Amino acid sequence: MSKYYLNYLDELESEAIFVLREVWAQFENPVILFSGGKDSILVTHLAKKAFYPAKIPFPLMHVDTGHNFPETIQFRDNTITELGVELIVGSVQESIDEGRVAEEKGKNATRNALQTTTLLDAIESNKIDCAIGGGRRDEEKARAKERFFSHRDDFGQWDPKNQRPELWNIFNGKHFEGEHFRAFPISNWTEMDVWNYIKRENIAIPSLYFAHEREVVWRQDTWIPYSEFLVLEEHEEVVTKKIRFRTLGDITITGGDESEADTLEKIAAEVAGMRNTERGNRSDDKRSESAMEDRKRQGYF
Amino acid sequence: MLDNNQLLRFTTAGSVDDGKSTLIGRLLYDSKSIFEDQLEAITKTSNKKGHEGVDLALFTDGLRDEREQGITIDVAYRYFTTPKRKFIIADTPGHIQYTRNMVTGASTANVATILIDARKGVVEQTKRHAFIASLLQIPHIIVCINKMDLVDYSEEVYNKIIRQFEDIASKMLVTDVRFIPMSALNGDNVVNKLDNMPWYQGAPMLHTLETMHISSDINKVDARFPVQTVLRPQNDSHRDYRGYAGRVASGVFRVGDAITVMPSGFNSIIKSIDALDKNLTEAYAPMSVSITLEDDIDISRGDMIVRSNNKPTATQDIEVMLCWLNNKPAKPRAKYAIQHTSNLQQAMIKDVIYKIDINTLGRNTEDKDLNMNDIAKLKIRTTKPLMVDAYRENRSTGSIVLIDTTTNETVAAGMIV
Repeated sequence: MSKYYLNYLDELESEAIFVLREVWAQFENPVILFSGGKDSILVTHLAKKAFYPAKIPFPLMHVDTGHNFPETIQFRDNTITELGVELIVGSVQESIDEGRVAEEKGKNATRNALQTTTLLDAIESNKIDCAIGGGRRDEEKARAKERFFSHRDDFGQWDPKNQRPELWNIFNGKHFEGEHFRAFPISNWTEMDVWNYIKRENIAIPSLYFAHEREVVWRQDTWIPYSEFLVLEEHEEVVTKKIRFRTLGDITITGGDESEADTLEKIAAEVAGMRNTERGNRSDDKRSESAMEDRKRQGYF
Repeated sequence: MLDNNQLLRFTTAGSVDDGKSTLIGRLLYDSKSIFEDQLEAITKTSNKKGHEGVDLALFTDGLRDEREQGITIDVAYRYFTTPKRKFIIADTPGHIQYTRNMVTGASTANVATILIDARKGVVEQTKRHAFIASLLQIPHIIVCINKMDLVDYSEEVYNKIIRQFEDIASKMLVTDVRFIPMSALNGDNVVNKLDNMPWYQGAPMLHTLETMHISSDINKVDARFPVQTVLRPQNDSHRDYRGYAGRVASGVFRVGDAITVMPSGFNSIIKSIDALDKNLTEAYAPMSVSITLEDDIDISRGDMIVRSNNKPTATQDIEVMLCWLNNKPAKPRAKYAIQHTSNLQQAMIKDVIYKIDINTLGRNTEDKDLNMNDIAKLKIRTTKPLMVDAYRENRSTGSIVLIDTTTNETVAAGMIV
């Protein structure tokens, strides 16, 4: 007997493919925002499925803070070669050099907030009318209110109190010149869904997600990777630990967890047992209760 | 997770003090879907606010304005998973001025949960929530009779409220209604069954959500495939490939099926059904696939592939139950863009037949002004035919939205009668 219902992963996959095809049909010049993290890798994988046997019809866009894990950049470049798609890079360093943004100062300075300007500049100069992101509603409370098709005004800003209602699976991507949209095909996925799917489909992800030995510093209750960008405090000490990263952001702000999980099976099992949220180790979210909402309003990812 | 675990979407509607947030918090907390850092954060906030113990309602706090005002403004989506199912909660505000948000949350739901304060029984808001659930044809309703601890867990009160609800629901199009007496605050009959109501023989809420039959919620009879886009790869291995990409809206398609393309009326046979590198023999709703046909015919976005022996109605005149979503009122005889599946056309509101007073559910044929949150039956004419089914039969091909072309905003949601 064949069954006529989908399991939850197949349903999420089908929904995401539907959204990606709507983006392609409704916009002139969409891109996938590609950070080299698992969520943007997943979106790219789903795009491959959505348009097969044609190749992915979108360029990938990377907002490069200059504070990268070398592994992420390697992975990004391999992905581009393999898929045969165009890569657009927005450089935070260039934004700084051009005086568009100023580098933060102090010990906990990061380039996280600076990305917004670079992102919006890249969207404008490349005439992008829809940027597809890997944001998920389970990540954070401001994200829980996001639409699949999320409108940005001509300043790139999000107005969470005046969003377009989104009913059934009808998406309205109509916009005026200068405005753009963000599209979130994996809105309804949770961290666990992402890992279960990556495991099921055997999707390649950067080695950083697997447990590996690395030089780290204990800071803000997490293991921050030691890099040239890190200014050490007197009491801080660089040690070598076996860790893995649960999310990937800038090398300066992404904390790792001690772990022995070195296969997708082990990672999925570990995530299932996790008692803290995924972004708990991201110092960018810890700055205030509405840190994400404030950044998103300004045009952040 | 098992391979056949399904996804269930449910909506909650409620106002500030009927315990909705507590119920959701309880559901997440007792199903162990809350992380320690979240718990820590709300424990801190609870203490700061001087609450006794942990206020589970704080889990559902969202945007800054909502936290400051202690209300839900928008639809918030929440997720949890049990060993049996994955759940998506569309958490919506329950007040009359947020009817549009309730409608939005209800549009994709399998289940509507309606909260009743056991002390108050069925009130106007209950009626409104039940009406929206029936209007949006949510297949299942769970009536949560909450705060049973405040009425001494009285079976009599419970039965009285069931009767009240049966009375109001008897006029509506609802099929599957279940009643659960509970105390969300104490965690009784949400996830676990405590000893307070031995007279209640049914299951707690979570077990009900985990086991109810939902795979028939989507129409599997009328095969409908709105074409989203056409795939024409420019590579050597697939030079002649022409795939119609879309999501099966309802029903089942099989390779070899005789199909008709609407509105053109051309007939063909399904040659293949593809999903990435897999060749499927059949596809059913809601699968996203790519279909190729035996004949080379002109098909583009907005067209619909259907089985030749079961077609929707192609029409330029539709009657809809409409919820106005925008703060700019509807303009009589004004033109709007109308989106129905992947088909975008122009439309004109021809007539407001009646408006519904959402509190009394009475019809008003005098007042023709459509303001935000109003629900009305009206006649719409489109510039080109839409391929429609009645919403009652088919949520996907029976729904439309109107778009104001001067602002590009989605201003109305309609269900085809």
